[in-house]
Amino acid sequence: MTDRAAVPATGRGLRWRARGRTLAVTAASMLLALLVGALLMIVSDPEVADKFRYFFGRPGDALSASWAKVSTTYWALLVGAVGSPTALAGTAGQAAPLICAGLGVGLAFRAGLFNIGAQGQAIWGAIFAAWVGFALHLPPVVHVVVAVLAGLVGGGLWGWIVGFLKAKTGANEVIVTIMMNYIASQSLAWLLLTPAFLRPGRIDPIAPPIDATAMFASLYGQFHVGFLLAVAAAAGVWWLLDRSTVGFAIRAVGANPHAAATAGMSVGRTTMITMTVAGLLAGLAGVQYALGPGADGVPTPLSLGLVGTVGFDAITVALLGRSRPLGIVFAGLLFGGLHSGGLAMQTFAGTPLTLSQVLQALIVLFVAAPDLVRTVLPFLRAPKQAVVGGAA
Amino acid sequence: MSEQQSGLELRGITKRFGTFVANDHVDLDVRPGEIHCLLGENGAGKSTLMNVLYGIYQPDGGEILIDGHPQHFANPKQAMAAGIGMVHQHFMLVDVFTVAENLMLGREGGFVLDRARATAKVRELSERYGMPVEPDALVEDLPVGVQQRVEILKALANDARFLVFDEPTAVLTPQEIDDLIAVMRSLRAEGKGIVFITHKLREVRAIADRITVMRRGRIVGHAEPGTSEAELAELMVGRAVDLRVDKEPARPGEVRLRVRDLRVANSAGGVVVDGVGFDVRGGEILCIAGVQGNGQSELADALIGNITPLSGTVELDGVDITRAGPARSIAAGMGFVPEDREDDGFVASFSIAENLVLNRFDQPPFARGLALDLGAIADNAERLRQEFDIRSQGVSDTLASLSGGNKQKVVLARELSRELSLLVASQPTRGVDVGAIEFLHKRIVDERDKGTAVVLVSTELDEVEALADRVAVMYRGRVVGTVDPRTPRDVLGLMMAGVPYEEAVAAAGPSAPPGSTADSPTTTSGRRTP
Repeated sequence: MTDRAAVPATGRGLRWRARGRTLAVTAASMLLALLVGALLMIVSDPEVADKFRYFFGRPGDALSASWAKVSTTYWALLVGAVGSPTALAGTAGQAAPLICAGLGVGLAFRAGLFNIGAQGQAIWGAIFAAWVGFALHLPPVVHVVVAVLAGLVGGGLWGWIVGFLKAKTGANEVIVTIMMNYIASQSLAWLLLTPAFLRPGRIDPIAPPIDATAMFASLYGQFHVGFLLAVAAAAGVWWLLDRSTVGFAIRAVGANPHAAATAGMSVGRTTMITMTVAGLLAGLAGVQYALGPGADGVPTPLSLGLVGTVGFDAITVALLGRSRPLGIVFAGLLFGGLHSGGLAMQTFAGTPLTLSQVLQALIVLFVAAPDLVRTVLPFLRAPKQAVVGGAA
Repeated sequence: MSEQQSGLELRGITKRFGTFVANDHVDLDVRPGEIHCLLGENGAGKSTLMNVLYGIYQPDGGEILIDGHPQHFANPKQAMAAGIGMVHQHFMLVDVFTVAENLMLGREGGFVLDRARATAKVRELSERYGMPVEPDALVEDLPVGVQQRVEILKALANDARFLVFDEPTAVLTPQEIDDLIAVMRSLRAEGKGIVFITHKLREVRAIADRITVMRRGRIVGHAEPGTSEAELAELMVGRAVDLRVDKEPARPGEVRLRVRDLRVANSAGGVVVDGVGFDVRGGEILCIAGVQGNGQSELADALIGNITPLSGTVELDGVDITRAGPARSIAAGMGFVPEDREDDGFVASFSIAENLVLNRFDQPPFARGLALDLGAIADNAERLRQEFDIRSQGVSDTLASLSGGNKQKVVLARELSRELSLLVASQPTRGVDVGAIEFLHKRIVDERDKGTAVVLVSTELDEVEALADRVAVMYRGRVVGTVDPRTPRDVLGLMMAGVPYEEAVAAAGPSAPPGSTADSPTTTSGRRTP
């Protein structure tokens, strides 16, 4: 069955070459996304588009206007993301929750589970952590540790319910997690109006600010302890997946549940463990929002939109990072950079913030469609390899 | 070559994948009205060659001629138009369509489907070639053998003059193989040229007009139909192969596996194992023989614990494991070689090393607490790779990169690398080449000689004869009888159709009925009654 020739050939060298090709495709995806983004900028900017009306009369005008538009925008984006220590710190601060939630989605991917529920898990993480932050008054260090643990419990519990339902009743995790997202966000809306959460003297849904003792210590601007926690979580997930028995079972169940079950692994148990850990990680993303200092140096109080759309961005982060911890860290940093650079872009180049979201979507779109990238750039195509010894 | 204008000819076909030469100047020709067997181990390049012929691959050198005219096939459609039909090993049928609808596929014609004509076409073709098929039956409801007929009909409906059968018997029961051989004969009589790809020597001898043997991408020889199996095997593997398994008579010890009144339902809820009971002693091999689909697969799954039996008991060394899941069965000392190794036997994307510890990864020495000991896992793999002669570049290669025989070696190596009390092996040599079969059989016998009880589920009578110490024949979920492995093939064949032993012996009589023509080569080479 030589049609399996597409299976990657063996040998360390070949594997590295394949990995290099994957990286090249990813890089090419970003490049293509920037190109498409540039086109969008040109057609959507009325001033630039105007100059194209007399393109054939004076092409120089249109081209220089386009170039000016594109270059200032991308320059502002770059400077806003990595152009200064403050910008770098902002990028790290934006990346920290993305990395955590991305790990939660990526880990589940490896077990063959599509965790759409990082959003709900992050919301519960934020709720638990924030409540500990403002309702309990504990000594420094202890307070932040308890708040983090509470957030983990919140997210983990929300993930475990999904794993439990899937393992015991065969419920489809995609549907369950989507519904649980609604439950989580509506729960937050309700909780914020209860006396336990409503800030005294306010009637709009916003919780009291958390104590300074529960805050993630800032190392430089928005670069705070939470980022280190996110990187540590990535290292932990790497160890779990590649070096532990639990990860072995997760990967085996994800790749071939039948063979895993026949070899004595419990698919149900592995599903529950995976979803719980995935929930812990997404919960940690919520913790980042609840305890991490914002641009003004203090954490944003718990409110409806505190975690934004981190659970959905996490899916794109996990996809771009190919569900591998290191990849997710880089993908999180990239998207964090796009987030924080996007603000600068809006301020200095007048390009709307939405463009950075478009770029983000385009990158993932190209990464998810590697064949498209290879069609546009044929030199990235892998040479055909035969299975060693082939098959008759 | 002017005297040989009529027919299909491949001349000097070369096909490379990267640096790997899958076909190296291969010549092959087939004339109308003959069956040309292409024999070779897995990985010899047979399928590659046929994919070149069928337009799936473009050759790097050489040419294809039909009736002396050079051809160029950019895709299968062009090959079909030139009169080449392919019967794939994995059927290319739409399961939820009827037979007639499958025949229409790709040749729908106008906007309105002419179902009546397709139905008539099925009737006409199936009558002409002696392949009864119901045109309105859904493909998914048909047995595998009949699905294959549909595949053949599809090729014939395209007016194929040359038919390629790619390992057609791998999925068939003995009876279905006989039917297929009869069909191939009638196709030959109609003047079709047939290329028959296989690695089963018995079939080659039964039907081939000419035999070409491939090894490592090259033609290594031609043989006459009368060539002995041993000679063919030697040509194919490149060294002398012992087709019989050298084994001492069994020295059965204590009863280790005791099965009583076992009833098992399949996933659809039908009772497919209905009151089966047997004992297996340490140091003996009990073969469960039978036509595919008579409950053997579910019996094996119930033993390991993938299915929980409805009732009955399974005891291993006195411990009740009737309701044990796979984890407990494995812990109780059961080794398990699943029937469908691709699905149940290994994780294709895992490395060889990881697959070799798939059921022991969380136990010492491979794990310390939660942490995997990668060193111990790699050492284990390296040792087993040498012991079991697993052909790969390294133990960190993925299992997907191995050939069928080597994949099965990995599965068997994993199971035999533990202390076992019972080995349950289902179809352990299905789709495995001759060289590897010899090795796998030896290892199973060695395991028996260590005092392990062995249950071998096999539909291949060759394998049953070679390995069994006792044979339990299953039919429709029951054991028809347990007999000596030297029981003649025709008696076993009747038992596999549900006839009890005494009646089967009486019916088979002192001389085998000459009526079963298709079966004759099989029957005559069977062993004599004791």
